[in-house]
Amino acid sequence: MPDAKAKIALDVNGEPIEVAFAPHKTLLEVLREDLGLTGTKHGCELGECGTCTVLVDGTPVLSCLVLGLACAGRRVKTVEGMADGGVLHPLQEAFAELGAAQCGYCTPAFLLTADALLAENPRPAREQIKDALAGNLCRCTGYIKIYEAVELAAARMRGEKAEPARETLYGQP
Amino acid sequence: MGSRKKKEFRVVGTALRKVDATSKVTGATRFADDLSLPRMLYAKLLRSPHPHARITAIDATKARALAGVKAVLTGKDLPIPFGILPVSQDEHALALDKVRFVGDPVAAVAATTEEIATEALDLIDVKYEPLRAFPDAIDAVEHPDPAIHDYADAGNIHKLIDLEFGDVEAGFREADLVREDLFFFEGNTHLPMEQHAAAADWSPGGRLTVWSSTQTPHYVHRALAKVLELPAARIRVIACPNGGGFGGKSDPFSHEIVVAKLAMLTGRPIKITLTREEVFYCHRGRHPTLMWVKTGVKKDGAITGMHFKSLLDGGGYGSYGVASTYYTGALQTVTYPIPRYKFQGARAFTNKPPCGPKRGHGTPQPRFALEVHVDKIAEQLGMDPAELRLRHLLPPNSLTANWLRVGTMGLGRCIEKVVDGSEWKRRFKQLPYGQGIGLACSSYITGAGLPIYWNAMPHSGVQLKCDRGGGVTVFCGSTEIGQGSDSILAMIVAEVLGLDPMDIAIVTGDTDLTPVDLGSYSSRVTLMTGNAAIQAAERARDLIAPHAARKLEVPAERIAFADGRVFDVEQPEHGLAFAEAVQLAEAAEGTVGTVGSYTPPRSAGRYRGAGVGPSPAYSYSACVALVDVDPATGIVRVPKIWIAHDVGRVINAASVMGQIEGSVYMGLGEALMEEMAYRGNRNVVHKIPSLLEYKSPTTLEMCDVVTYVVEDPDPNGPFGAKECGQGPLLPVPPAVANAVYDAVGVRIDEVPITPEKVFKALRRKDKGEEPRFGPTKFPEIPWPEPTRVPPPWEGGDGTAVGQSVGGTVGRHA
Repeated sequence: MPDAKAKIALDVNGEPIEVAFAPHKTLLEVLREDLGLTGTKHGCELGECGTCTVLVDGTPVLSCLVLGLACAGRRVKTVEGMADGGVLHPLQEAFAELGAAQCGYCTPAFLLTADALLAENPRPAREQIKDALAGNLCRCTGYIKIYEAVELAAARMRGEKAEPARETLYGQP
Repeated sequence: MGSRKKKEFRVVGTALRKVDATSKVTGATRFADDLSLPRMLYAKLLRSPHPHARITAIDATKARALAGVKAVLTGKDLPIPFGILPVSQDEHALALDKVRFVGDPVAAVAATTEEIATEALDLIDVKYEPLRAFPDAIDAVEHPDPAIHDYADAGNIHKLIDLEFGDVEAGFREADLVREDLFFFEGNTHLPMEQHAAAADWSPGGRLTVWSSTQTPHYVHRALAKVLELPAARIRVIACPNGGGFGGKSDPFSHEIVVAKLAMLTGRPIKITLTREEVFYCHRGRHPTLMWVKTGVKKDGAITGMHFKSLLDGGGYGSYGVASTYYTGALQTVTYPIPRYKFQGARAFTNKPPCGPKRGHGTPQPRFALEVHVDKIAEQLGMDPAELRLRHLLPPNSLTANWLRVGTMGLGRCIEKVVDGSEWKRRFKQLPYGQGIGLACSSYITGAGLPIYWNAMPHSGVQLKCDRGGGVTVFCGSTEIGQGSDSILAMIVAEVLGLDPMDIAIVTGDTDLTPVDLGSYSSRVTLMTGNAAIQAAERARDLIAPHAARKLEVPAERIAFADGRVFDVEQPEHGLAFAEAVQLAEAAEGTVGTVGSYTPPRSAGRYRGAGVGPSPAYSYSACVALVDVDPATGIVRVPKIWIAHDVGRVINAASVMGQIEGSVYMGLGEALMEEMAYRGNRNVVHKIPSLLEYKSPTTLEMCDVVTYVVEDPDPNGPFGAKECGQGPLLPVPPAVANAVYDAVGVRIDEVPITPEKVFKALRRKDKGEEPRFGPTKFPEIPWPEPTRVPPPWEGGDGTAVGQSVGGTVGRHA
């Protein structure tokens, strides 16, 4: 017989919610299956690819390795919570602008990992961006547009009027 | 009007955000596993634990009795075979009497939860009688028994090809230098971040809907109709946006057929999502390929003749393998002139997950061999390898020895870009020991010239609907796999009709709603859907223009479309809003809709096998890699790559950059680390079916990339565009191998170039042995009587000697 459901209260994307689920479920499963937040993806469900990354109390975690039960009373942020109403987050804006999202499957995890990085370090060097994103795999982009998008968003979040470099979009002359 | 000359583009060539960018960055895009339907059941597949075995009995009684289990399927429930190629209909949704690799699907369960379905798999009792298994192609070539399949060209050799274009031996006799080399390219896999998923719904009225993460909904449609014995008109296949494809979602798969059958049996929606381990078993990735090449050259590097042999390890099923085999011999001729050419190719069945098309389909392996081989030839001739290539570029508008018609050819400009950018002349042979620089080039098709199954219909179709509100909807069967194909349609239609791409709605990859496009493979989508979209949009323009002209009281040929307006080109302020022009047309003619379609030009070759290689246009790339090699450990690091790609014409600049950088990334992974590795015994168990152990580059291994986009518009491309999604991968592995040689003086004639191989080659060098790591022999293969086709300059019409007029043309795209 399936286990009796457990019920927890937590904050998801700034809203207090209660959710009941089988106690063996991971945060990934609770988000996708019980809360309908399918923006969080999975690539292995073994903690290897980073695709299911969400923020718990501001820290990137692999939601496939965290039990839903462990999130009682915590703040969880998913990609659905990034935009401010109808306005995209600067990271979302920059990813869209530069084509840092190709198939888009790993994108939510990269956005959230970068979001946590910028909260800690508003002016990360390229090497710091690489380090922060080293646990997330992307097979489409070669990561380059992702670095450039993080840098562009960081500049804009610092209040600078940043535009993409010409060679970012068109290549070298 | 159609004849109006475009002096400049308003949309084409710009860097626009993709039409689906917002949904991708907000997580709103619905991938196949994101679907959830009321009363949905979950399916799981039981897979073979044996690499090669006969199934003697299956008992699913206990599984059927488990609470929550709604249906169990075994092979006999789906006895009709299928396969992507008409000549390789050798797969069953569930094994009928035999399993051919560890992971071959044997039974399927539908249950109320995934957990119950998984539990039920353990209750299915399958009796196997193990058979001798074949772990690699050489073993399969040497041992015809027991046969893996009951069809094959010889024993366990699935396919044998022998093509001869002129007398290569005469070519070798004319040469100043004749060189032979052996190479091996290890198999690797696509590794899309999205695990394959499919869902099915059956309405009691007799209609089936299947959603799938597929690159080829049209072929899935055909396979479902065949295996389920349903009229195709009652089946709707919807290709969900793919979370990465790279060729790995181009076959019809067992799980797609199984969910459809389970939905029909249970009357409930069913979903299946493969685990990452199962994705490794689906595979269809790069064929491990052993290659032998012999080339004659004059002192100045001009090739007098080439003989190329390849042996592909195909795995357990045919998949695209016959086409892959031809591709290992097809594109050698399109970069440097080869006056006489002989190709012998063989594909063996082995007891491993089936190989198929991965980015570059069958051509990265021979390109690796050829470009390292040319590097060695240049060294022997005392020539700079860049100079050698520049002096012997295939001229534009050539017909090659194997009858491929090449149009534009921008390789020379690509070489110049990367040579200048990388400061090649200052660095080549002049860097300190341990650092090196290497160059390689390549070419790739922009769509296959022939369809996968023989038919005379277009390869791509577009329907276009103009709304009286000024919006336009484009319907096309193409499949968005992240490459930006939806955006290409929007940009092209916007260009022709003078609209904002964001005013164009795109409906793609749905067999009920969209005209057929053959799928997202062979880098065909931009060229083929683009040409179809141009035709549909030009027809809409021609339909609307006369009505606008009448209203504006100017001749119809003076009507232009731009900036959301329809106006007199002589006095641009005199015009109408696009919406108003549509309304005038709709009032006069009724609903405004048009269609467009595209069929590639006829191939020049008429011999059997000529179907693989022809393309409307060929892209070209040149690459320079800079490497650091640690002689103590053999570890190779690649700090920087310069890549130049001749894309013909840029449609979306941001997408072109993304495709090129992504190709370099994937090529780097193949060059340095990616491999489908199996345990070294007859168990043929995949060593590493996980994302942790299958090494692919992370941000820490990825190199800097300097990209040059070369535009040499091709008359066959939409606005001149050629492909850019696969070609730039090809030169990366040989450029890295050539750079390793420049760095430490050892030849690694095998990818991936792992530390172990470099270390072993350095040890050999230290001991005064051949400073090389790579294969040392090519096995004896029972080649058939060659098909002799005189090259164009020796007369003939592209048919084989002795071939009847209008003879067979291989039709494997």
